[in-house]
Amino acid sequence: MKTDNVIDTNGEDRRRLIEFRGVTKIYGAGHSSMEALRGVDLRVDEGEFVAIMGPSGSGKSTCMNILGCLDTPTAGTYMFTDVEVGQLNRNQRALLRRHYQGFVFQGYNLLSRTSALENVELPLIYRGAPAGERRTRALEALETVGLKGWESHTPGELSGGEQQRVAIARAIVTGPAVLLADEPTGNLDTARSREIMELLTSLNYKRGITIIMVTHERDMAAYAKRIIHFRDGLIASDEQNGRDR
Amino acid sequence: MLWNAILLSLREIKRNVLRSFLTTLGIVIGVGAVITMVTIGGGATAQVGEQIASMGSNLLMVSPGKRLGPGQTSGTVPFKVKDAEAIARDISYVAAVAPVSSQSVKAIFGNQNWSTMVTGSNNQYFRVTNRSIGVGRPFSDSELRSGAAVCVIGETVRKKLFGGQDPMGERIRLQKISCEVIGLLDGKGQSTMGTDQDDIVLIPLLTLQRRITGNQDVALIQVSVRQGTSTEKVQQDIERLLRERRHLSPSDDNNFNVMDMKEIAKMLTGTTQLLTALLTAVAAVSLLVGGIGIMNIMLVSVTERTREIGIRLAIGALEREVLMQFLVEAVVLSSFGGLIGIVLALISSLWLAAVLHVPFIFNAGIVFIAFLFSAAVGVIFGYFPALKAARLDPIEALRHE
Repeated sequence: MKTDNVIDTNGEDRRRLIEFRGVTKIYGAGHSSMEALRGVDLRVDEGEFVAIMGPSGSGKSTCMNILGCLDTPTAGTYMFTDVEVGQLNRNQRALLRRHYQGFVFQGYNLLSRTSALENVELPLIYRGAPAGERRTRALEALETVGLKGWESHTPGELSGGEQQRVAIARAIVTGPAVLLADEPTGNLDTARSREIMELLTSLNYKRGITIIMVTHERDMAAYAKRIIHFRDGLIASDEQNGRDR
Repeated sequence: MLWNAILLSLREIKRNVLRSFLTTLGIVIGVGAVITMVTIGGGATAQVGEQIASMGSNLLMVSPGKRLGPGQTSGTVPFKVKDAEAIARDISYVAAVAPVSSQSVKAIFGNQNWSTMVTGSNNQYFRVTNRSIGVGRPFSDSELRSGAAVCVIGETVRKKLFGGQDPMGERIRLQKISCEVIGLLDGKGQSTMGTDQDDIVLIPLLTLQRRITGNQDVALIQVSVRQGTSTEKVQQDIERLLRERRHLSPSDDNNFNVMDMKEIAKMLTGTTQLLTALLTAVAAVSLLVGGIGIMNIMLVSVTERTREIGIRLAIGALEREVLMQFLVEAVVLSSFGGLIGIVLALISSLWLAAVLHVPFIFNAGIVFIAFLFSAAVGVIFGYFPALKAARLDPIEALRHE
């Protein structure tokens, strides 16, 4: 079931979380300029699990950076809930990330020589949560990702899969509206990758966390409810995943 | 948030103990040197004041030349013995007057020799300078009048020339003259200028003039004012008398100087304070160098931790929070250096005070200022690296390997 307009198929019963309207991103200027996104329209509702696929240079990474408020569109509008992100300054975007978004990266990006617990506590520190609450919530998050008892281990003492779980715990500890995952299984073997995908699926299913994930691998994208393909800075296909989970 | 930043920076410092220590070494040395200089300088200044006070506030120094300073008086009319006699005779409330001249000579006894200061004066010298003869006797009137070859020696000279031998009645050689030792001065220790006051050979002034310096000049007249009288009054009287004796017209400035101990104290402490200020300035430069060291390491640290900064920014850290983190780190580092510097300074001041025989005077003010200064160095030199960290683009920073 292929569709160009998500609104039509999903109806109005779910709340809109993210909406791109004609989002364009141009890097550089003049002859050397490069159009990474060329007027993308996209809507993601609460509770969705979206996989973004596409060859390198297709614009999926740029899309992810804009979704994560790390970058802003050159033209078009990006609405996050009812906030237009393009109108926000750097600090306001940081606050938006802090309060509504969680990040998972391909390279885990944990603070080295810092315990799992402290890594997970980090976003709560920036939220100004008191130490006791920080600890409780971080331990909870670690338990959710199946790392109970590993709190004091540093990234160096953990396997890749375990590190990615810590990263996921860090991303969800604040209870974000959306989890943005940039090739979360890119550095992992198949078995570990499946574990991570299962964890993400259950977070989406049990907790209703909206997930947007960039991936290269069709197998991993298959876990998502909706798969979007990018090509040459545009959405080439956007389909609901029929796989029954 | 601030407390968190401090904890975080402590953790960062602990991770790189050696590097942190080397980074902060400049601050340690700077703070240590500044505090040590000020403490020892303060001690020396206090000691000068104290010693001058112990010499008695009733002493006046009369010297030729417009300004009194060590080794002055070229081209000025020197005093003669007659001037000292006139002061003793014509000025009231004067307790003692000692004309003094000295020259450095080599004193020889047997196969021992020792370079020392030979001073020519009269018996009033003992009274004016507050010294007494431990063994033997002062000069007799006839010895003073005839310029006899007799001497009273200080403790240091005795030790160097005679060792354990009894010097009394022995003859020591001072240039061309052979002098009989008739007395031994009681020890007095180091003077305000750091010279050994016991390194002295005292002979009658006339002997010195005739047989050593070869002229009639008197370099200095020391006057002791009677207890309970105003030195200022006597000072003015001496000035008036000497102006008359030196035939100065009312429009002429004094070509001599009458100073009381207060003025001498001021002059000497002024010298000590200037020296202290200069040394402190040199030490302060090392604080500056230390600050540059901190900036250097903080810049390296920002580059090394680019990825970490990217993570923090991606998670939602504000620019000013990253700025604060690195700034706090620089300040904690430099304050640590300051604290270590303070401890080192106290140890080295105590040691130096003991070695230099200067009183140890703890100066809480300078310790506090030096600490504040070291923290300020952290802020000033940490700001640029911290700003660099805060301004990083999170996307670029996350890509950094």
